[in-house]
Amino acid sequence: MTSALPTDYLLHLADNALVLGQRNAEWCGHGPALEEDIALSNNSLDLIGQARLLYQAAAAQIGGGASEDSLAYFRDVPDFKNYTLLELPHNAPLASTSASDRDFATTVVRNFLFSAWMVLVWDRLQQCEHPELAAIAAKSVKEVRYHLRHSRDWLLRLGDGTTESQARVQAAVNHLMPYTQEFWSHSVYETQAAQVTGLDTLSLRIDWDQIVAAALSEATLTRPAAGGFVTTGKQGLHSEHLGFLLAEMQSLTRAHPEAVW
Amino acid sequence: MSSNTSTSTNATATPSAALKEWPLWEVFVRSKQGLEHKHCGSLHASDAQHALQMARDVYTRRQEGVSIWVVQSASIAASQPDDKAEFFEPSGDKVYRHPTFYEIPDAVGHM
Repeated sequence: MTSALPTDYLLHLADNALVLGQRNAEWCGHGPALEEDIALSNNSLDLIGQARLLYQAAAAQIGGGASEDSLAYFRDVPDFKNYTLLELPHNAPLASTSASDRDFATTVVRNFLFSAWMVLVWDRLQQCEHPELAAIAAKSVKEVRYHLRHSRDWLLRLGDGTTESQARVQAAVNHLMPYTQEFWSHSVYETQAAQVTGLDTLSLRIDWDQIVAAALSEATLTRPAAGGFVTTGKQGLHSEHLGFLLAEMQSLTRAHPEAVW
Repeated sequence: MSSNTSTSTNATATPSAALKEWPLWEVFVRSKQGLEHKHCGSLHASDAQHALQMARDVYTRRQEGVSIWVVQSASIAASQPDDKAEFFEPSGDKVYRHPTFYEIPDAVGHM
């Protein structure tokens, strides 16, 4: 190991994977078709698997009894460093926070925007000088390539589909695109991590823009103008939705600490 | 699958609609190089590419395969159960068609 990664950077990557994994798992048993239900559960299990490896690496740096479980289940909203994009509920813009009101277009667009980003991030990190992170990246990039393929495929089908599917997926793009600005916003731990990994996230923006532009164009969708408020989830300042997600995810472990089966 | 439990008010792609509108596909998976593709099940999907991805998620999630074929079920011509007597029963008493009277040299390997 050449030099230490900031623990916050490992937590940021882990929290991204865990929070989106938890969100996508809300489709389990409710998918639009049996096959898609399984596909979304597979996606969640990939992400939760990535989160476990990253939490284990972070716990090893923290020491003092920290574990993947303590990091996932015994931290609170301000400690989480995921992008705000990933904690948003599956419902369409301006809908309530009800978890039962899931909008598949929102799910698809979020998975597409995030997977397109993580394909680039993991691809670069698998060549980095930090052996453990490079190994996690090499495993994760294969999984995320499939997530991108799967979500991009649906983006095209819905965008270039019926009038209603097009309207809904366009609404989801308009709703979610502003949140992607957080991919490039500054954070101290990412700057510090870049000295170890050599990854400057800003440098990936052009590639990400190209992936997104090509897919939106093929899907006959319009890209909304960028701008507006830049969210701050990765700094620990979240939307109101993360608290509800964590409450559901953490309640069992907090009611029955160290329970096993 | 969510028809009994879904409370979603804005889901137009209901499971029953998907089952009606999406054709049925048969899925064949090759478990490792050198072996043949074997039929392992079927699924509903809107087209071939979609069916391949669905098959990947449904039938190879426990490392069952290295290759997948899908073919639309409607493209398969199948023998009829009623034809069993004339199709299959005449071969029942022709044991000499089994090459059990030969010793297979070790060098031949798997047959």
